[in-house]
Amino acid sequence: MALLQISEPGQSTAPHQHRLAAGIDLGTTNSLVASVRSGVAETLSDAAGRQLLPSVVRYAAAQPPLVGQAALDAAVDDPLNTIASVKRLMGRGIEDVRHLGTQLPYEFVAGSSGMPLIHTAGGDVSPVQVSAQILTSLRERAEQTLGGELQGVVITVPAYFDEAQRQATKDAGRLAGLNVLRLLNEPTAAALAYGLDKGSEGVIAVYDLGGGTFDISILRLNKGVFEVLSTAGDTALGGDDMDRALAEWIMQQAAIRDDAGHSALRLLMREARTAKEALTTQARVSITVPGSDGSPWQGELTREQFAALAAPLVDRTLGPCRRALRDAGVRSADVAAVVMVGGSTRVPLVRERVAEFFKAQPKVDIDPDKVVAVGAAIQADILAGNKPDDETLLLDVIPLSLGLETMGGLVEKIIARNTTIPSARAQEFTTFRDGQTAMSLHVVQGERELVDACRSLAKFELRDIPPMVAGAARIRVTFQVDADGLLNVTAEELTTGARSSIEIKPSYGLSDSEIETMLKDSMAHAGDDRDARRLREEQVDADRVLEALRAALEADGDALLGQNERVRIDTAAQALAACRNGTDYRAIKAAIEALEAASSGFVEARMNNSIRAAMAGHRVDEFRS
Amino acid sequence: MAGVSSPSYFELFRLPQSFMVDRALLDSRFRELQRSMHPDRFINAGDLERRLSVQQATRINEGYQTLKDPLRRGRYLLELAGIDHNDEHRTTRDTHFLMEQMELREALSRVRAAADAVAALGEIMARIQTELDRLNGELAGLLDNADADDLAAAGEVLMKMQFYRRLQDEAVELEMDLEDEQTWPAGRD
Repeated sequence: MALLQISEPGQSTAPHQHRLAAGIDLGTTNSLVASVRSGVAETLSDAAGRQLLPSVVRYAAAQPPLVGQAALDAAVDDPLNTIASVKRLMGRGIEDVRHLGTQLPYEFVAGSSGMPLIHTAGGDVSPVQVSAQILTSLRERAEQTLGGELQGVVITVPAYFDEAQRQATKDAGRLAGLNVLRLLNEPTAAALAYGLDKGSEGVIAVYDLGGGTFDISILRLNKGVFEVLSTAGDTALGGDDMDRALAEWIMQQAAIRDDAGHSALRLLMREARTAKEALTTQARVSITVPGSDGSPWQGELTREQFAALAAPLVDRTLGPCRRALRDAGVRSADVAAVVMVGGSTRVPLVRERVAEFFKAQPKVDIDPDKVVAVGAAIQADILAGNKPDDETLLLDVIPLSLGLETMGGLVEKIIARNTTIPSARAQEFTTFRDGQTAMSLHVVQGERELVDACRSLAKFELRDIPPMVAGAARIRVTFQVDADGLLNVTAEELTTGARSSIEIKPSYGLSDSEIETMLKDSMAHAGDDRDARRLREEQVDADRVLEALRAALEADGDALLGQNERVRIDTAAQALAACRNGTDYRAIKAAIEALEAASSGFVEARMNNSIRAAMAGHRVDEFRS
Repeated sequence: MAGVSSPSYFELFRLPQSFMVDRALLDSRFRELQRSMHPDRFINAGDLERRLSVQQATRINEGYQTLKDPLRRGRYLLELAGIDHNDEHRTTRDTHFLMEQMELREALSRVRAAADAVAALGEIMARIQTELDRLNGELAGLLDNADADDLAAAGEVLMKMQFYRRLQDEAVELEMDLEDEQTWPAGRD
C-alpha cells in the first residue's frame, strides 16, 4: 500500500487535482496577481492585457467603486474621491493620518475604534475597505483567467509592517472574500522567486524600495530552506518621496505657490513621476507644467540634478541596511547576492548606492515590479498542496519587538525583533494594590524604551483576579505570534489556576463583528446572500477536514487506532459527509466540531509520532518502506 | 500541551547535553525539524493539527534560539540542573571584574570626545569581545561534567557575561549612531 508522508498532510489524494491558488502583491502604487500555471509562475493580465493594476479606487455617488487605471485617470479631476496610496493608511490611527495630512488630499473623519475613514462622494470608507476593493478586482481577474474559484491566496506585505498593518491587510483579504493562506513578507517572496530559479545557497540581501515603503532583509538559503535572519526598513519612504522632492523642485523653478489646488498638485506629482521614469534611460528630460499665471512653464532636468534631489532619500535606506546586517550577525562581505525589488530600484542612483554599499552588483534579472507577485504565487502553490514533494520552506521573523507597558510609561520587551516565527513568550506580572481584582495591559510594538515612542497595538483589561494582598497574585501573560506575524495575547492567574478571559480591542483595527457587518454591507457582496456565503465557507472547510482525515487514516489509522476509536471517528466522518451537501451551515459547522472532537486523540498521537520521527532524523515513511 | 511530550532542547535537536555545541549540526537539525513541523506544512490540516504544529514549531524556534546563544544556553543548562539563576539579585565580589566594567563604561562615554571616535570605539569593542570569549571558555570548563561548586561558579560567569553583553549592545548602538552621522554629515537627531 502506498503510504503518505506524515509530514505532508496537505497532500492531495488525487494528485492531478490542481487547487487554484494565487499570489497577490498589494502595492502602494500598483498591485498584481500571479499564479503557477503548468509549473510556471506568471503574473496575470486584465482583459486589456495590462498586468499592473494601479492601486487606486474612485468612489462616486450612487455608483459602484471604480478600481485601477480608470480610477487613476480620474485622479487629477476628482482628487478627493479618488483614493491612491491607501497602503500608507493601513493599520494607522486617525492621529497618524493627521500627521500624514499635508501629503494627502483626502478628508478624514474618525470612525469607531479610532480608525480613520475617508469621506467620499460614495460614502465614508475605511482603508481596509479600499484595499478590499483592489483585492476583489484582482480576485475577479484571477478567477476569470484561471477559470474557477480561488481556493487560497498569499498576500504580500512589507517585511517592516507592524502587527496592526498586517492585521488590516488580512482583514481586507477576508472582506474581499479571499481565503488568505498566509501573509508573506515582500522581500521573502522576492528571494523565493529568485532562489528557486537559480538554486543559490548562502547569504543574500533583498533591497526593496517601492512606491511608499522601504525594506531590507537578510536571508540564508540552504537546501530549500529560506531563513530570514533579519529585517529592517522604513514604512514611510519610497519612490513617492522622490516624486515629491522633484515636484517641489518644479514648484520652486516655476514659482508655483504651495496653496495651488489639489488637482494642480496631483498634476505636478504626475509630471514629476514621468520625469523620474524618463531619467532611468535618458540623461536629461524636458518638463512642461502650467505655471502660476496659467501660461506653461518649461524647464530641463538632468539625471545628475535629479540624483542630487534623490540622494538624501536613497541614503536614508542605508541606515536600515547596516542595522539588518548587524542584527543578522553578518558583514557586507558575507552577502553573496543582492536582489532588487520595487519599481524605485530602477533609478540609476539607487543601483549605484546599493552596489557601493554591498560591494556586489545587484540582481535585476526579474522585473522588479513583478518579482514579489511571482514569489507569492510560488508560495501559494506550495501551501495549497499542489507540490507535495517540494522541500521549500520559509522561516520568517517579526520585524519589530513586542512588549507591554510597565510602570512609568516604560516598555518591557516580551518578544525581541528578528525572532523567528511562530514564537511564544510568557512573562509574569503581579498586583500592586491589596485586593486588586483587575489589571490593564497595554501591548505595544517598537524598539524604543518609552511607550509614547512605540506603536500602541491593543489595550485590554484582565478581570476577575481573586482579591489577594499586593504582590501575591501571579499573572502570566503569554504572547503568541503566528506564522503570519500576527499576535495573540492570553493571560492567566496562576495561584488560582483560573484563566481569565480578555477582550482585545485593537487600537486601530476592526473587531470581528465590524468585519462581519462590513461583509454584509459591502458592495463586493451586494446580491450575495450572507447565508449562502456562510454555507459555501463551511462546505469548503468540511471538505478540507474530511480530506485531511482521510489521508491521515490511510497513513496511520491501522497503526494507531483501536477498533472502538476507529468506529467513533468513521461515524463522525460519515455524519459530516452526509450533511455537507445539505443547506444548513450550522449543522455542517457542528458536524466538523464533532468530528474534530472524535479524532483529537488520533491527531495528537500522529503529531507525537511526527515530532519523534523528525527528532530521530527520519521521515515516518522511511520506517515503513 | 496535553498528549505531546516535551523533551529537552538537547533531546529535541539530538545533541549531547553540553555547553559545547556543534553549530553546523544544530543548524541542520533545526532545518530538518522545521521542515516536518512548520505550520506551512499543515495549512490544509484540521484545526487541532494546525494548533499543535504552531506549538511544536514555536518550541523548535525557542530551542534553536536557546542553544545557539552561549548566554541562553548556559542558563538553560543551569535550569536543567535544577538551579534557579536570577541575575537581578546575583552579585559578585570579583573586584577585577567590577573595575574592568567601570573602566569600559567610562571609556565608552568618552568615545565621542576622542580624536578618532571610530577607532576608539573599535578598541573598546575588541576588549569586550576578548572578555566574552574568555568567559565562554570558562563556561565550557564549568558546565560540562559539573559538580555543585562548578554550577554555582557558572552562575557567576553567566552574570558577568550578561554585563558584557549589555555593554556590547550599548557599543553597537553607538557605532550605528556614528555611522549614521557619517552618512548625514549635516547631523540629525
